Amino acid sequence: MLRQAQDRETREPAVEAVGLVKDFGDTRAVDGISLDVPAGTIYGMLGPNGAGKTTTLRLLLGIIDPSSGTRRLLGRDRPLDAARQVGYLPEERGLYPAMAAREAIAFMGALRGLPLREGRRRADQLLANHGLSEWGRKPIRTLSKGMAQTVQLLGTIIHRPRLLVLDEPFSGLDAINQAKLEEMIRAQAKDGVTIIFSTHVISHAERLCERIAIIAGGKLAFEGGVDEARDRLRPIVRLRTRSDDGPWRAAIPDNARRVGKEWVFELPPGGPEPLLKALIDGEAGIETLAIERPGLHDAFVAIAGDAAAAAMGELGQGR
Amino acid sequence: MKHLIGSAFVIARRDFTATVFSKAFLFFLLGPLFPVMLGAIFGGIGAQVASEAERPVVAVIASPADFAQLSASRDRLAGALEDASIVGLVRFDGERDIAAQQRRLLASKSPPVLAVLTNAFSHPSLVGAVNPDGTTARQLQLVIAAARAPQHEVGPDIAVTSHGRSSGRLVQQRALTARAGQFLLFFLTILLAGMLLSQLIEEKSNKVIEVLAAAVPIDAIFLGKLFAMLATSIVGIAVWSSAGAGAIAFFSEGGLATLPPPAVGWPAFFTLGVVYFAMNYLLLGSVFLSIGAQASTVREVQTLSMPVTMGQVVIFAVATLAIGAPDSPAGLAAAIFPLSSPLVMIARAAEQPGLWPHLLAIGWQLVWVAVILRLGSRLFRRSVLQSGPTRRWWRRSRKVAAKG
Repeated sequence: MLRQAQDRETREPAVEAVGLVKDFGDTRAVDGISLDVPAGTIYGMLGPNGAGKTTTLRLLLGIIDPSSGTRRLLGRDRPLDAARQVGYLPEERGLYPAMAAREAIAFMGALRGLPLREGRRRADQLLANHGLSEWGRKPIRTLSKGMAQTVQLLGTIIHRPRLLVLDEPFSGLDAINQAKLEEMIRAQAKDGVTIIFSTHVISHAERLCERIAIIAGGKLAFEGGVDEARDRLRPIVRLRTRSDDGPWRAAIPDNARRVGKEWVFELPPGGPEPLLKALIDGEAGIETLAIERPGLHDAFVAIAGDAAAAAMGELGQGR
Repeated sequence: MKHLIGSAFVIARRDFTATVFSKAFLFFLLGPLFPVMLGAIFGGIGAQVASEAERPVVAVIASPADFAQLSASRDRLAGALEDASIVGLVRFDGERDIAAQQRRLLASKSPPVLAVLTNAFSHPSLVGAVNPDGTTARQLQLVIAAARAPQHEVGPDIAVTSHGRSSGRLVQQRALTARAGQFLLFFLTILLAGMLLSQLIEEKSNKVIEVLAAAVPIDAIFLGKLFAMLATSIVGIAVWSSAGAGAIAFFSEGGLATLPPPAVGWPAFFTLGVVYFAMNYLLLGSVFLSIGAQASTVREVQTLSMPVTMGQVVIFAVATLAIGAPDSPAGLAAAIFPLSSPLVMIARAAEQPGLWPHLLAIGWQLVWVAVILRLGSRLFRRSVLQSGPTRRWWRRSRKVAAKG
């Protein structure tokens, strides 16, 4: 805990990557990705399927070696040297079907250096906290998919890691379990744990992350704060007027869209005051006027492009 | 190194307990019973079929008195050899047209007739599907000769004194022990390497391998899996040996003392057996694990492991050449070649008393185990977690060749 507090204070990056490249035969899966994940933050990695998120995470964790580039994990040049302080939930969940749930959790702790007896004790506690006590001694194959996923997730935190890497943690979970997972991520972050998770559902990242990386086609399209990404777009104006035409129309940009009875357009560079003045002086008869900050989804579309957004397959969900 | 060993231990402990404390392990332990049972069942059926089947005979056209002499002579020979290995004789009265009778007898199906013997004592003549220099003709020569000289009917008495052991008998028995040792080593290693391979493929398909690879060095996974199966097999061997010893003690008169002792003695032979089994398994298991890392389906594994299995069969065949001649050039070469060395040396332990060649061989094999483990784990690391469009080694080599 002391170390975690120190990490937060110093804000030394938990993960650093410089120019990571990974080729599989003739295919370049990751193309020169550089990123810094400050300690103690919740960091989202966004991108459509096949963008290179999983490969990037595997490179960062040292599961595979990069074709070129360097990475540091919790201050170690060899990521596996820091493995005992890292928890990892892979995209394709892997558990031994015949193993009892508590044994699976304890085993995952043992892999990270936690003595088996202590692992079993903590596993019982974690299972109880998640209402799964009665399933602790049952084989994984008898558990529902959601339960098995929870078991694996508990296995990733059993050894109280400093860094938690979750690859598409929300996939396959129903809404209730997704909410529970969000809660768990927030609780871990509160304890000072650095969390990196990949997702193709922007709403999770929007709710949870302080910083994000947008990956498309193996390249890093953006890295920075969520606000920074949203600030890349101008605020959106939604305007409804009594008058259909008049001198006030000169204040509406040419690319404004008509959505029902509303005008929708980006706030002009001059800001809200000149716009308001022009509307009032031009006798627009303002019925409603809303100036909205763009969402992460809009920012994602603007940064990664329409094609990447379409490939996410959830254009509507991100809003 | 400490971290590597600790991680390998965690992997090995999981694999070992998952295997040994599973219901399926009971079947593994009962495994050797099946060939024994099948052998007993099919052996019994075979013997019954053999006894019931009509063996080809030689039809003898002779008077009852002449045939009685021939038959007695034949039985004496059968007593010295094995009854089944001496041709059977059946008497027929001569007919007027001998040639026609011979044709009819040769076409007979009950009993099936191999040849027809006529004029056994005056001018013996044999007609049928037989070779003049073949065993049937030669056996009949002996039968007729013995029948013609009834004064030597019994032969001189030989004073026989039974003695527990003789060098000739001991050599035979030790050769048998050597063969059994080699076969057990070979059979167990192939069986366990195959099991190891299936386990790896299962883990790859369960996606557990990624969880492991993110937490511990790949080398630790490789070593852990290899040693877990070794420990499992040693449990199996201990159970089988105890059960075997118990069965011999219970069913065989004189118990374990009746077993032919190997040249180095039972305790040393058993210890060397375990050591050579471990060496053979580690050498072959590394090769199989490396293959398993390349493959992602059972079909791919079968295709890739077939040449290695066939190679192992050839190595086994070469190793058998050393039985009875461990110091021959072929025997020494097979003892030096790392993959056949454990098989040859276990045979040597059965036949030759010295222990120092074993110490030398174990040292030599350890070097090769280290080399092959290193190469195997490197190959395993390279290929076990390749995701995306991987290029297999044969495609890589093809590409290199094309560039060259």
